[in-house]
Amino acid sequence: MSQRKPEISKGIDWLVVWLYIILVFIGIMSIFAATYTEGDPVLQSFISLKTDYSRQLLYFGIAAVLAVFILLTDSKFFTATANLWYAFGILLLLLVFPFHTEVKGTKSIIRFAGFQLQPAELCKVFVNLALAKYLSRVETDFSKTRSQLIATAIAISPALITILQQETGLALVYFSFFLVMFREGLPAAVLIIGFSLAALVVATLLVEPNTLAIILTAIAAGAVYIMRRQIKRKRRLLAVIMGIWFVSVGVQRFVVPYVFETVLQPYQVKRIYDTIGKDYVPKDEAEALAMEQTAPAKKKDDGGDYNVKQSKIAIGSGGFSGKGLLKGTQTRYDFVPEQRTDFIFCTIGEGFGFLGSFTLMLIYFLLLMRIITIAERQRSVFSRCYAYGVASVLFFHIAINICMTIGLAPVIGIPLPFISYGGTALLTFTVLLFILIRLDADRQMVLR
Amino acid sequence: MSVFNQSRSTVIRLIIAGLFLVIIVQLMNLQLFSSKYRELAFNNAVYPKVKYPDRGIIYDRKGKAILNNTIMFDLEVTPSQIRSVDTGYLCRLLGIDTAEFRKRVITAIVKNGRYRPSIFEDLLPPLVHARLEENIFKFPGFALVERPVRTYPFNAAAHIMGYIGEADSNNIKSSSGFYRLGDYVGKTGLESFYEKVLMGKRGVEYMIKDNKNRLVGNYENGKFDTAAVAGRNLRTYIDIELQQLAEKLMAGKVGAAVAIEPKTGGILAMVSGPNFDPNMLTGPEKQENFNNLFRDVSSPLLNRAIKGQYPPGSTFKPLGALVALDEGIITPSFGIGCGGAYHGCARPVKCTHSNPGHAANLRLAIANSCNSYFTHIYRLSVDADKFGGVKNGYQQWKKYMNAFDLGVRVGVDLPSEDRGNIPDSSVYNRVYRNTWSSCTNLTLGIGQDMMTATPLQLANSMCIIANKGYYFTPHFVEKIDNETAEDTIMNRYRVKHAPLTGISDEAYEAVISGMQDVVEIGTARMAQIPGVNVCAKTGTAENYKIIDGKRTKLKDNSMFVCFAPRENPKIAIAVVVENAGYGGTWAGPIAALMMEKYLNDTLRPERVKEVERVAGTDLMPGWIIREQFKADSTRAVNWFRMTKDSSVLKRFMHRDQRVDTTRKKPAPLPKPETRTTLFRPEAILPDKPSIQSKTV
Repeated sequence: MSQRKPEISKGIDWLVVWLYIILVFIGIMSIFAATYTEGDPVLQSFISLKTDYSRQLLYFGIAAVLAVFILLTDSKFFTATANLWYAFGILLLLLVFPFHTEVKGTKSIIRFAGFQLQPAELCKVFVNLALAKYLSRVETDFSKTRSQLIATAIAISPALITILQQETGLALVYFSFFLVMFREGLPAAVLIIGFSLAALVVATLLVEPNTLAIILTAIAAGAVYIMRRQIKRKRRLLAVIMGIWFVSVGVQRFVVPYVFETVLQPYQVKRIYDTIGKDYVPKDEAEALAMEQTAPAKKKDDGGDYNVKQSKIAIGSGGFSGKGLLKGTQTRYDFVPEQRTDFIFCTIGEGFGFLGSFTLMLIYFLLLMRIITIAERQRSVFSRCYAYGVASVLFFHIAINICMTIGLAPVIGIPLPFISYGGTALLTFTVLLFILIRLDADRQMVLR
Repeated sequence: MSVFNQSRSTVIRLIIAGLFLVIIVQLMNLQLFSSKYRELAFNNAVYPKVKYPDRGIIYDRKGKAILNNTIMFDLEVTPSQIRSVDTGYLCRLLGIDTAEFRKRVITAIVKNGRYRPSIFEDLLPPLVHARLEENIFKFPGFALVERPVRTYPFNAAAHIMGYIGEADSNNIKSSSGFYRLGDYVGKTGLESFYEKVLMGKRGVEYMIKDNKNRLVGNYENGKFDTAAVAGRNLRTYIDIELQQLAEKLMAGKVGAAVAIEPKTGGILAMVSGPNFDPNMLTGPEKQENFNNLFRDVSSPLLNRAIKGQYPPGSTFKPLGALVALDEGIITPSFGIGCGGAYHGCARPVKCTHSNPGHAANLRLAIANSCNSYFTHIYRLSVDADKFGGVKNGYQQWKKYMNAFDLGVRVGVDLPSEDRGNIPDSSVYNRVYRNTWSSCTNLTLGIGQDMMTATPLQLANSMCIIANKGYYFTPHFVEKIDNETAEDTIMNRYRVKHAPLTGISDEAYEAVISGMQDVVEIGTARMAQIPGVNVCAKTGTAENYKIIDGKRTKLKDNSMFVCFAPRENPKIAIAVVVENAGYGGTWAGPIAALMMEKYLNDTLRPERVKEVERVAGTDLMPGWIIREQFKADSTRAVNWFRMTKDSSVLKRFMHRDQRVDTTRKKPAPLPKPETRTTLFRPEAILPDKPSIQSKTV
């Protein structure tokens, strides 16, 4: 590890490093618990590289080496090459189209010399760098709509490419950069409108269309009544309210059904429906067939919510203190699919119960709060933006992943940072975090 | 550095904290406040695997196992593991075609899924098992699995032992959920009667299963498991060698033989003819065998020893005498003058003897089997003044019969016993519109009229005479291993029944001497055993059956009851051979050989020849062939109507429908057709050869 090198250890935030190490080890242990088969020699398995946990250990080794390299790098290197990396990232994403290999229904993976590379995963780092770079430019005035649009374009264009690769989950991550922009002055209204829209969409799905239309009309009427004095003074306000009402009803009546019927894949619709507890009925035979073929879920016969059900059972059965390491019947015997990767939280929930889950959440919370603290102590805008980017990306991953395992969010295949099995993910998060640590070490410097 | 945005940092922190709070609340909800998920996880992952106990073993009186457990093999298939199997070779070994192979694999997948083993073929015949055992490595996905089955080492006592089969919905319902689908239960015989003793206690092993329902190991190292408790063994009175001999003697005959140890009521042997090998119902062809037995119109599955109802005829006479003696109506010296018929009523009852003095006293009357004497004492019994009328008198007489276990179920430890028939006076009231007298049913005195009895009841009545007045309910099981106070099932076999109280030893001696005379100088001389005083009574009963719509007189039933030795009775036997002629012709020799075998433990060399003669004689009634043809062809027609498959029907098209063309007629059958479904003989013939009056 890097601790013994005094020349680079100066200014490093050790708390973050320790939290990182703790999380990675929790991850390796969880993967061990999820995949260890009774009777295997433990030590041998850890060295053999044939098991997932030993491979994760290897990835951690590689990540550690990479982290040391990053810590040895001059901070200016990141600012200087940020745009270059971004260009490289976009290129990689585009290269996926001709060179991809189809693995488990996703078209976002390039196989290269025995390694599987998922550019959409890596690209988070590059987008974060580029966004920080753009926002920290002296000539950028973020209060202008033009700048906001450019920033949005920087963040969202990889997402659009990723959506074309049928990796909606990974694409959604890029929307987390709105938090960075919010911190840098994006009008709060944008976030509020965003949340309201999301609420409207959920309501559309849950409530019967006509009822919702009546509710919306009632709210509009109520608003007009309450603000009748202001409206008398300002005629435009009425127009605004009417406009909002019109848009809401339009979204509820036409946009959402249109999106669900034509834009989203049937399996995605089903997952969303599963989350809110609604039965999805395929329109016709052809669609039912298409659903079966496109759904990446392994267990086609069990329906989409099998995973979530089993995952909830696993976590729920953990109780207060859990069943203990390797004692979880749900996770040990493969009831929960993808439990080394996306559903790794089940292993912790079942094995260590509420105590373990709560501790993990605490560690994550500590890490995120620490990163925000770090962000706020930066002198350079670049570092601050970058730090917020790291916090946003990590937050989005943690929140969506855990919400998905406990049935609060639709099943979106994104990993739990530092814990889920997978080389690309671990390396990406390590790089993301250690660039921040490097930048933070030089927090007295003003980087452009 | 835009300081105005500082507050937004707090907003972001709050957003993060808020969402984390939501997650924590949901975690609490799942993990702390809801036990639903814990139960779901248990059901999901833990499979209670039932451990079947070994069934109890049944031993004979000498400690030989007559019903035991053995291992056979099933071929199991795990569909997901079938890889490059030489299907053709496997099919050849099993004697099936590839279409059948595919069908069975699909059935297995439908039943148990791809990852769990299902039975491909059960109970492999030994030869097939041996061949598969050698080659099983060539068939990945297939495995030979042990399966405990019942075996009958002596190939004997099918009707006594019974067999087991899968529990049907009735078994499951009546056990209030104790049995489950796929459990084996005793279906008949001792297997059924002692089911609770034999089955033992099921154990449960909690196994952990994975997402494909494969069992992967014990839950919590078997902390919650209960071991299976093996069923308890039964020690019976059966003498398996005697049983085997009796079965051999009854071969090719319709009827039954029952041997009881009078002192205990323990049944030594019980045969019903036609018989079958109990192992037929355990092996791979059990279903086919069962179907064949079931379709056989001679009903080999019927236990005639407890379900066959025969008019006892002359064999009843000693009992009639006991009733009259007990009521004090006659004394042993009571005699009548019989001139060849009983003329007390309008219609005379014929007697085979007309020489004067053949019924001069009780002993002579029994020895000569005088019809007049026994109809007379029957009438005296029911018309006695103390009862004030025939109806009361008859009810009293019936009470005696029921006390002898005639007309009621004996209560043997086998299921579905029949009670025989001793009609109630209300039956006579109905039939004769309340106007009947002792003349109406006077042939009850000679074991006739509406009276019927099972061979078991006849054997039991012999025990009463042999014991001079008492008996124990006949039963097979002497004791249950590790018997406890809870095994109340055995209690009723240890109660001494003494239905007769008012009879002196001398009176018994007179009856018994009469029966001994039957053996010494009467109709049962074939039953003599050197050095043993045998007491016996023969019987010959006419009977009719409706064949093709015509009431046809069949050959008489051959009946024989006996016990020996006179001084210390060790065995009492009743034998019935349907349509075999005189009591002494076939039933007598069978009983004689059984007695000799049991008492002397062996047979004299010249008697071994007699065994072969009796065993080799086919006395199957001729009507069976005709009835079988009718039943089979009717079934074929129904099958044709149902399926339009005429292949079965064709077999019956050109066959000569006369009865006696296809079957070689057995030698001792003088007339071709005989029959008996209705055991309602019309009259009793006294035994032919007469004993000249002899003063004792």
